[in-house]
Parts: sequence; C-alpha cells; structure tokens
Amino acid sequence: MDIDSIKKEFPIFDNKVQNNDLVYLDSANSSQKPRVVIDRIYDFYSKEFSNVGRSVHYLAVAATNLYENTRTSVQRYINAKDKNEIVFTKGATEAINLVANTFGQKYLEEGDEVLLTELEHHSNYVPWHFLRNSKKIKIEFAEINEAGEITIEAIKNKITNKTKIISVTHLSNVTGAILPIKEIVELAHSKNIPVLVDGCQGAPHLKLDMQELDCDFYAISGHKMYGPTGIGVLYAKKKWLDDLPPYQGGGGMINEVKKTGISYGELPNKYEAGTMATAQVIAFNESIKFMEKVGIENIEKHEKELLDYGLDILGKNNSIKIVGNPKNKGGVISFTIEGVHPHDIATILDEDGVAIRAGHHCCQILHEKLKLPATARASFGIYNTKDDIDQLSQSIENCKKIFNI
Amino acid sequence: MDLKELYQEIILDHGKNPRNLRKTENFNKDAKGHNPLCGDNVHIYLKLNENKKVEDISFEGHGCAISMASASIMTDLVKGKEEAEVKEIVNDFLDMIKEKEELQNKILNEDEKTKLMCLSGVKQYPMRVKCATLSWHTLTSAIDDFQKIVNTES
Ligand SMILES: Cc1ncc(COP(=O)(O)O)c(C=O)c1O
Repeated sequence: MDIDSIKKEFPIFDNKVQNNDLVYLDSANSSQKPRVVIDRIYDFYSKEFSNVGRSVHYLAVAATNLYENTRTSVQRYINAKDKNEIVFTKGATEAINLVANTFGQKYLEEGDEVLLTELEHHSNYVPWHFLRNSKKIKIEFAEINEAGEITIEAIKNKITNKTKIISVTHLSNVTGAILPIKEIVELAHSKNIPVLVDGCQGAPHLKLDMQELDCDFYAISGHKMYGPTGIGVLYAKKKWLDDLPPYQGGGGMINEVKKTGISYGELPNKYEAGTMATAQVIAFNESIKFMEKVGIENIEKHEKELLDYGLDILGKNNSIKIVGNPKNKGGVISFTIEGVHPHDIATILDEDGVAIRAGHHCCQILHEKLKLPATARASFGIYNTKDDIDQLSQSIENCKKIFNI
Repeated sequence: MDLKELYQEIILDHGKNPRNLRKTENFNKDAKGHNPLCGDNVHIYLKLNENKKVEDISFEGHGCAISMASASIMTDLVKGKEEAEVKEIVNDFLDMIKEKEELQNKILNEDEKTKLMCLSGVKQYPMRVKCATLSWHTLTSAIDDFQKIVNTES
C-alpha cells in the first residue's frame, strides 16, 4: 500500500505547522480529513444545498437522496441487516445518550444495574450516571487486568440478576485494548441482557460486521473515521428502534400531530428530529468510500505495523513507561516519562510539529485506577508512517534533554 | 516560540524540587484548585498571624513543571508579606500573564520580580497559561475564604 500517495490526499499535510512538517499522532482524538470529504462539503453547499425530507422541489429531493445514500453506505460498511437500523446523530456521544435515555426510560428501575468497564470514556459513563440520579439505578464497572484489558471473566464477574444492559468500548482509547465483543455479546444474550458497544475507536480501525458481532447497539463518531465533525451513527437492531420511545421531539420525527395527541414517524425518522447535519452526513459518505477504497484490511495491517514499530522503539527507551500491554491492541500508545509531566511532553513535542494528546483522555476512572493523574498518548491513522514514529522518538529525546533525564 | 524561554533553568529547578510542598501546621486559611483538562490539583495552606502577615504558606498537589514551579515560586515570594500586599502581587502577576509587559507592583524587589518573570514564557503558549495561574487563583480563593473549589474551566 502506498501510504505516501494516501497521505497526499489529506490537504492538512500540504502546509507547515509552525514551520514544521506535521506529525499527526492524535487520530484517536479526531482524524484528519481527505480532500474528497472537504470538497464534498463545499460542493454540496455551493451547488446542491437544500434541506432534506421537507419539500418537493428538485434540490430538496436530490439532497434527500444524497442523505439517504450515506445511510446505505453505512449499512454496507458495517454490514447491518437493514438500512433503517442506521440512525444519524451528532456523534457517538449523542448515540450513547440516545440509548441510555430511551432504554433507561422504558426498562430501568430502582436497583437495576448497568454494567460498564473501567476503560470507558466519559461519554459511556455520564449518560448512565444521569439514570443513577433519576432512576436510582446502580452502575458496575468490570475491572481491568494488569495488561489493561477487559477479559470475558471480568465481565462475567460483574453480571448479576439485576444487570439490565452492558455497555462497553470496542477499543480502549488509552490502553488500546480490543475487547472480546463477540464473546461478551454471546454471554450477555445467554442471560437476555442487551449490549451497547462504544465503537468510537473500533469503527475507524477494525473491520465491522454487525450481523456477526450481533450486538444490540453500536455507537460511531464520524470525525474519527476521516469524516466531518457533527456526525455520528447509532446502529441499533430494528427490534430496539421499533420498541424504544423516541429520543428528541420535533419536526421530521412525527407522523400526525393533533392538539389531542401525536403519533411518531417510521424509522429512521423516528430518531432524527429537527434539521440534521445534512452536509456532514452527505460528506460522510465520502469518508466511507475513502475507507473502502483503501480497504479496512489494509488499514488494520498498516496500523498494526506502526503499532509494533512504535512499541519496539519506545519500548527500548528506559525512561518511557507504556501504559497497558494488551495482547489484542489497536494503534494507540499511551505512555509516561519518569520526571516529565505529560503536559510538558506534549508542549515540547509540539515544538517539533509532533501532535499528541496529554491528559486523562476523558477516562478519569481508568487513570485513577492506574494511579496516574495524566498520560501522554500517540495514536495512529492511515496517513502515519514509520518516519512519524522516528520523529516522535527523537522529540522525546529532546524532552529528556530539556529535563536533564 | 521558544521552548528555552518556557523551560528556563529556574522553572525546571522549581518544577523538580518545589519549595513549600508540604502542609502548614495550624494553617488558618486554605483552598483547593483543579484544572479538569489536565487533571492538575493544588491545595494551598496559609497561616496569617494577628497582623495579617503570611507567617507560613505551603501547598500540596501534582501537575506539570509549569504549575509546580509557579506554585513553588509564588509561595516563596508571598511569605512574610501582608495580606493586602499578597493580593496586589497576585493581581499584578495575573495581569502580567494576561497582557502586561512588566510587573507593576512596588512590593517585590528586582530579584524577586526577575524570578517571577521567568514564568512569562507561558504567554506564548495559551494552552499552558492555566497551568501557571491555577495556584494564584487558588491563593486568592484561600485569602477570600471562598468555599468553592477553584476550577480553571468555570
Ligand atoms: C472511546 C470513545 N468513546 C466516546 C468518544 C466520544 O466521541 P464524540 O465526542 O465524537 O461523541 C470518544 C472520543 O473521544 C472515544 O474515544
């Protein structure tokens, strides 16, 4: 695979950032965008713009078709059974809130338990916490092992006859651990417990097949998949979308509105109230086509190579501690340097054009468990090369020099 | 931008070996500060005597080199000063970090001002300004007896 030519499709790399070539190692936070995605937003607004699903004029019909085409592409990309199992949201955060809110309303009562893991992003904890307040539910956390992974036993240990839903990340944005989702789903289903997967870090990096994975819900953020911000996807089995109450009320999601009562629209409209992020949804189709063109197998392979190379190089450096050591790991390396705070690392690396993230990465539960106030994190995307990792390593040396280590 | 200006020797020294990193016995004022973006925490303890002079000041917490150095230098400089003077120094420092070229107060001597100006390098790093100011805001809060935790994001 020719990474150099793939990288050329990303205009961000055409320009210097503070006089440096950009070494972008923050894709777990958000990925950069290929030209096709950027152009699609410009073209849609300049030549094709109209609101979708409202009017009968030419542009409105065309825009509606484009919008629905993305739904079909997402369905194909994640191998969902039905196009109507794809609901557009503003991001994974909204997708998880949608499930927590509607499932919570209908199925959770005082004393019921929601099972999460210690790896969860705040997006997959706070929405459930709301129910702890409003419905007096309990939240349990499956515990990580030494390697920073969640095993099937860790899940098994926390399931009780009060467990009503399990909500877990597909791939940890800190340790990189890939969870055994299929086994978790099988175990949960054997006890009639539905499973939500926070697929924020899964969808950009792993081959997805909803029918094989068999989870009940899967949340995706478009902006981490080389797509625009403001767009995400909730995949949900049709039986759930038919069964759960609507989330937000407004235009587009209704069937009939009378002073005395309201009936709701059919899927997928039921969950897409108000004017949606139309341009972003339409441009997201280009992200998916881009990923299909590169091929998810190639993406996985390339990122695995980068990961192995990165772990090797950083692993040789005695001052660096890598956080977690999962057997099955995605393209994320979180680390600390003895004697240098992660924020100082990030500032010093930035001076060389190396963009990483430092902090708790929205995973305070995990950092507390690891007894680390913060970590530095390098994460990979399709455009990264081994040169990027060499530069990372060199900049880390500079960091050590400044701090006399 | 210049990393050397940000990470001057004196900052690295105070960052690595912060002065007054302990808890004052018999403190009569204290406050906590938190920067949720970084996870930095600071707890400032202050002992004012009957003349409202800072008899002792100390802090506990963790954070980056900038925030630790800033707290360390701050506690060194305000020790022995009167409450009103401390407030003036704090406001002067915050003005300097925000916009002013120089420190204006007439309380600190030139050496002390030079030491404090070592922190001015953060001006070029907007994301890091909060690291430098957290302990100062927290000190104000301690003096004013605010019961609220200082939070850089609100
Ligand atoms: C694992 C995980 N879950 C959820 C989110 C939240 O995604 P968004 O902010 O796009 O809704 C992120 C993004 O940082 C993430 O990494």
